[in-house]
Amino acid sequence: MNKIVLQVKELGKRFGEGCPRCSGGDPTALERNYCPACGTVYALSDVSLDLFESEVLGIVGESGSGKSTVLNCLYFDLEPSGGEAFIAQYKNGNESIFSGSGQTRRYIRNHVFGKVYQNPVLGLKMKFSSLANIAEKMIAAGNRNVGAMENRARELLTHVSIPHHRMKEAPANFSGGMQQRVQIAKALSNNPPILLLDEVTTGLDLSVQARVLDLVKQIQRELSISMLLVSHDLGVVRMLADRTIVMLNGRVVERGLTDQILEDPQHPYTQELVYSLL
Amino acid sequence: MKSLYNYAFFDEGSKREIRRASLKAIAIPGYQVPFASREMPIARGWGTGGLQVTLSLIGKSDVLKVIDQGADESVNAVNIKKLVGKTTGVETTEETERATLIQSRHRIPETPLREDQVLVLQVPIPEPLRFVEPSEETTKRLHAEADYSGAYLLLFEQIMRYGRVSTGADHPVEVRDRYVMAPSPIPRFDNPKMDHSSALILLGAGREKKIYAVPPYTRVVSLDFEDHPFEIEDVTGRVCRQCGAVDVYFDELVDEETGETFFQCNDTSYCLARMNAEADR
Ligand SMILES: Nc1ncnc2c1ncn2[C@@H]1O[C@H](COP(=O)(O)OP(=O)(O)OP(=O)(O)O)[C@@H](O)[C@H]1O
Ligand SMILES: [Mg+2]
Ligand SMILES: [Zn+2]
Repeated sequence: MNKIVLQVKELGKRFGEGCPRCSGGDPTALERNYCPACGTVYALSDVSLDLFESEVLGIVGESGSGKSTVLNCLYFDLEPSGGEAFIAQYKNGNESIFSGSGQTRRYIRNHVFGKVYQNPVLGLKMKFSSLANIAEKMIAAGNRNVGAMENRARELLTHVSIPHHRMKEAPANFSGGMQQRVQIAKALSNNPPILLLDEVTTGLDLSVQARVLDLVKQIQRELSISMLLVSHDLGVVRMLADRTIVMLNGRVVERGLTDQILEDPQHPYTQELVYSLL
Repeated sequence: MKSLYNYAFFDEGSKREIRRASLKAIAIPGYQVPFASREMPIARGWGTGGLQVTLSLIGKSDVLKVIDQGADESVNAVNIKKLVGKTTGVETTEETERATLIQSRHRIPETPLREDQVLVLQVPIPEPLRFVEPSEETTKRLHAEADYSGAYLLLFEQIMRYGRVSTGADHPVEVRDRYVMAPSPIPRFDNPKMDHSSALILLGAGREKKIYAVPPYTRVVSLDFEDHPFEIEDVTGRVCRQCGAVDVYFDELVDEETGETFFQCNDTSYCLARMNAEADR
């Protein structure tokens, strides 16, 4: 078995203070992920997962099930309410990355993770050139050489098929598919061992979707990066993920090999999801 | 003379508070200290930040000089001088050497400043990261974490667009290896004058309610890249048509009769002093 590159333990994220009724962790106190008594949203409850070297782990689930929240917590965009996450690059995996200082977090964010946001507006500076968008992550990692950064950015943008003459253009002028490809190039800029992909193809035309998926596949093959691939579309996950976890109301309800889950779904929600795909 | 106003316009409490903010700013070089910006009889954006700092510091024995983009005679500079003069009775001057307190907009005088002088710069936008990050809460965090990627990103973008760093003015600086600061819209030509300046430099932003400082003899480095080192505006080959000065910051003017362009010191009092010295010889 390959080694684990990321281990998430009992991750929790709550929006709201909680109340005596809901804070005991009893799922029956909630309506889906929401406490009707105090209005607190339990976006994540006890989410645990392992990500192996050069593996693609799919995360599926309906809208609001907490998929983006998992990635946002790992990328430090959101402060989790509980739980831990371990990577080999931080204290040999002996301490949770959430206990790190601002500077440590920045280091991890820039060197260990690359992220593609569900909403490109969050992942890109829409009015800056695409080259500068790629360079941003390199600058953040401490690079101070314009020539080196420009070369690397051009190489990456070429890799994701942004035409040479458009590299100085701002992503605001680009189609959705192109914006996602710029995000992918940016995520790859510092050669991170782990990619966090949040709905990379959602909202794109089918033909554009296929191209972006091919790109992700190609990157995975060439660079053997580990990926957490979030999608509400089981079809996307089927195409890319070796293993899959299924989320519902902020909890993991099923996990296993993707093929197995597709052939023999156990949880009623997964069954519904799989049958709707057929 | 009996004045209608308090000495230096403000009540003592207000002046003390501004001085406290200034002291804190000096203690943490380059760090933007918030202060309760006062209402002024001139509109915000016309140097109220600098003016408040000046008024909080000025003593009876001070000699005040006010410059606006290098000129002592501009309406704005004259109005500020009038206001301070009326409410304090202090002497004003156009000679940099004679001044103890110099309030300036967009320039640092050509004449090197001394330890017994204080330079007050007027600041429109104190936050060097504002163009990349609109939220004050976020920029505060970025300063706390010394995360200045955004400032470098702006410079990188200029190089992508124009082939070189195109900050006409207000090129960001790092102060004493810690805080990145907007030097106010002075030309890049003036940035090196901040480095290890003998005079204390205080920067005041009225609208944004911030005071920050470069204490004397403090390291100030203009941000740049390994392969795009910081450069001042190139003035080689330029000579002031009036006083013959070289290596100063120039205004480029057009001779209305001949249509030719020519150069003149932007710092008018420096130019005048040189011409007077020439005449005396
Ligand atoms: N800032 C917030 N305040 C309150 N609730 C929030 C906030 N952000 C997210 N939530 C809630 O957290 C839950 C999980 O949201 P999340 O965005 O992770 O879902 P998702 O699985 O990514 O959904 P989608 O497929 O629509 O992207 C949802 O119920 C959402 O409404
Ligand atoms: Mg989502
Ligand atoms: Zn509750």
